[in-house]
Amino acid sequence: MAVINARRVDAPQLRVAAARIAPSRGLVSLRLRELWEYRELIYFLTWRDVKVRYKQAALGAAWAVIQPVLTMVVFTVFFGRLARVPSDGLPYPIFSFAALVPWTFFANGLLQSANSLVRSAELIKKVYFPRLVVPISAVASGILDFFLALLVLVGLMVYYKMALTVNILWLPLFTLLALVTSLGVGLWLSALNVQYRDVRYVVPFLTQLWLFATPIAYPSSLLPAPWREVYGLNPMVGVVEGFRWALLGGSGAPGPMLMVSGLAALGVLVSGAFYFRHMEKTFADVV
Amino acid sequence: MGNLAIRFDGVSKRYHIGALRKANLTFREAITGTIMAGVRRIGRRLRSRNEAPSEDTIWALRDVCLEVKHGEVLGVIGRNGAGKSTLLKIVSRITEPTSGCGEVFGRVGSLLEVGTGFHPELTGRENIYLNGAILGMKRLEINRKFDEIVDFAEVAKFIDTPVKHYSTGMYLRLAFAVAAHLEPEILLVDEVLAVGDARFQKKCLQKMEDVGHEGRTVLFVSHNMPAITRLCQRAILLDEGHLVADGPAHGVVSRYLGSGAVLSGVREWPDPAKAPGGEIARLRAVRVRDENGQVTDAVDIRRPVDLEMEYDVLVPGYALMPNFQFVNEHGLHLFSTHDVDPAWRRRPRPAGRYVSVARIPGNFLAEGMLFVGAALVTIEPIFSQQFYERDAVAFQVVDTMEGDSARGDYAGIMSGVIRPLLSWRTRAYSDSAVSPA
Repeated sequence: MAVINARRVDAPQLRVAAARIAPSRGLVSLRLRELWEYRELIYFLTWRDVKVRYKQAALGAAWAVIQPVLTMVVFTVFFGRLARVPSDGLPYPIFSFAALVPWTFFANGLLQSANSLVRSAELIKKVYFPRLVVPISAVASGILDFFLALLVLVGLMVYYKMALTVNILWLPLFTLLALVTSLGVGLWLSALNVQYRDVRYVVPFLTQLWLFATPIAYPSSLLPAPWREVYGLNPMVGVVEGFRWALLGGSGAPGPMLMVSGLAALGVLVSGAFYFRHMEKTFADVV
Repeated sequence: MGNLAIRFDGVSKRYHIGALRKANLTFREAITGTIMAGVRRIGRRLRSRNEAPSEDTIWALRDVCLEVKHGEVLGVIGRNGAGKSTLLKIVSRITEPTSGCGEVFGRVGSLLEVGTGFHPELTGRENIYLNGAILGMKRLEINRKFDEIVDFAEVAKFIDTPVKHYSTGMYLRLAFAVAAHLEPEILLVDEVLAVGDARFQKKCLQKMEDVGHEGRTVLFVSHNMPAITRLCQRAILLDEGHLVADGPAHGVVSRYLGSGAVLSGVREWPDPAKAPGGEIARLRAVRVRDENGQVTDAVDIRRPVDLEMEYDVLVPGYALMPNFQFVNEHGLHLFSTHDVDPAWRRRPRPAGRYVSVARIPGNFLAEGMLFVGAALVTIEPIFSQQFYERDAVAFQVVDTMEGDSARGDYAGIMSGVIRPLLSWRTRAYSDSAVSPA
């Protein structure tokens, strides 16, 4: 898109922002400042998605809980009871649920953001605003669902009489890591989706593979030590193990693995944002 | 420079026709396409040094230089596909130019995005905030104007009702009210896209006039020449992406009308030397007539309309097929019609003057502007096109809202490219199992 100079020109009566119109070349700026100007739009679009989702579904907010809870039940029966997958000494239901809460947030955010641009085609063709607003609010609209599921997790912890530790203070960081990963991949997929509608078929397949590549049904301690850090290249490994550590305690902090995950997530986010901005100029013409 | 609202310096915009036609290709197509393009490029380079003009791109705008001052009301005219909408899209930054640069000073609003982002499940109040934010208003600003918007839209009683329960009239009024209260420094109006009934369109025009008087800048795209000369001091004429005229509205409009791109119900070529045609036949006139035989450029949706083609056959012995092409205001080819009158079908004609008339029944076309292309081909003994005059005439189809057209008692926007009046039957089955609870 055009390079915007946010400089302001003092006209006799009004202060007028001058928008420069020019073809963008090379590596484009992310224009985070303009994005900040539009923060209220992010808020309103997020709020719209949440409101509409809850208004339209008969069970409303219950879906936020049903999805991870049922997955947990199935995992507990098949992996926990029948296959006897180890769970680091924790009761299997809470072991898997602590992972499913951030996972569900991540997977839904990914799905929503991947489709977000195509779904907002009308808006994109008719009104200008920083396009990054669209996938960001798509991911953000899952935050409420996440907190509802988190409440159930707290209930489960009370049931299993698990004591909270100071580790819980790290939880916001792991939540942020899940959000960053979800948004990063979402930026890539949403921009690709405009040009190639294959993305629609790729997303469910991708999340399914990713689910099994993440230690949700099994602990990462199954891997021999040196491989755990490599495993951290999947940022969701860091998120899931981080959640377990922050809430359920257990063996020491997964430090190095978390570092790897954090860097990987940041890499995906930054590259996704630049790719998105690079493709942005074609959105209105192609979508 | 503080006095300028818009400055364009050699702005061009190129569209890939391929990208337009099949926008959503798959990975496989993209991969093969890239390989094929590479092969073609190498092939071209081997054949000639010059960069051959690519066939699958079109220039929607070409080297447009333009300066618009604050408070100016600028008319933008040109035939379909001349680049008018692209110009507005670039000013509003929805799309970026392929080359050239420019500056836009001030907030851009437009009356073509009325209701964009409205969600049926949300209430009127919620939609005002959402729509306002989409159009670039801050929450404080919306708070301040909220009552004014609600008053203007006359929906105070239903402000906390989901808009899916609104009548179309209420919905449009609310959507328009939000857009109208944006108070942009630069307002874009694309009349072609200003859908809705006559009253609503009038409201759009009225608002535009008000904005012009308030000293704001307005860009007004329209096929309605009287409206252009009435509302604009200055106009620009676009033709195939080039800015071909810029000056006082009257002058530019007359130049446009004189250029033969007349958008009216009649077009005549008194001078045979300048008339479209080949060696066998030559066009003399194309006319739109109502059922009373009067030349017109606005027809009642319920009444039939005649399209008339007058032409001279210069060489005898050919069987001819006159035909018309109908294109709507969005550039969509609606249909073609060929002369199938048995009197002359596949029969060689003597030289002389002919008039062929096609009658379009009432209750068939949809509302809006229609552009008619007139063409003539020889069928026997050889097939050849004698003339094809694109957009030869144009006329407006007007729905009178009296309840006896295909829209029935519905007063809102009816989409669709035709609007046939069909016969409906509804039977009541009073003895069915369904009974009121």
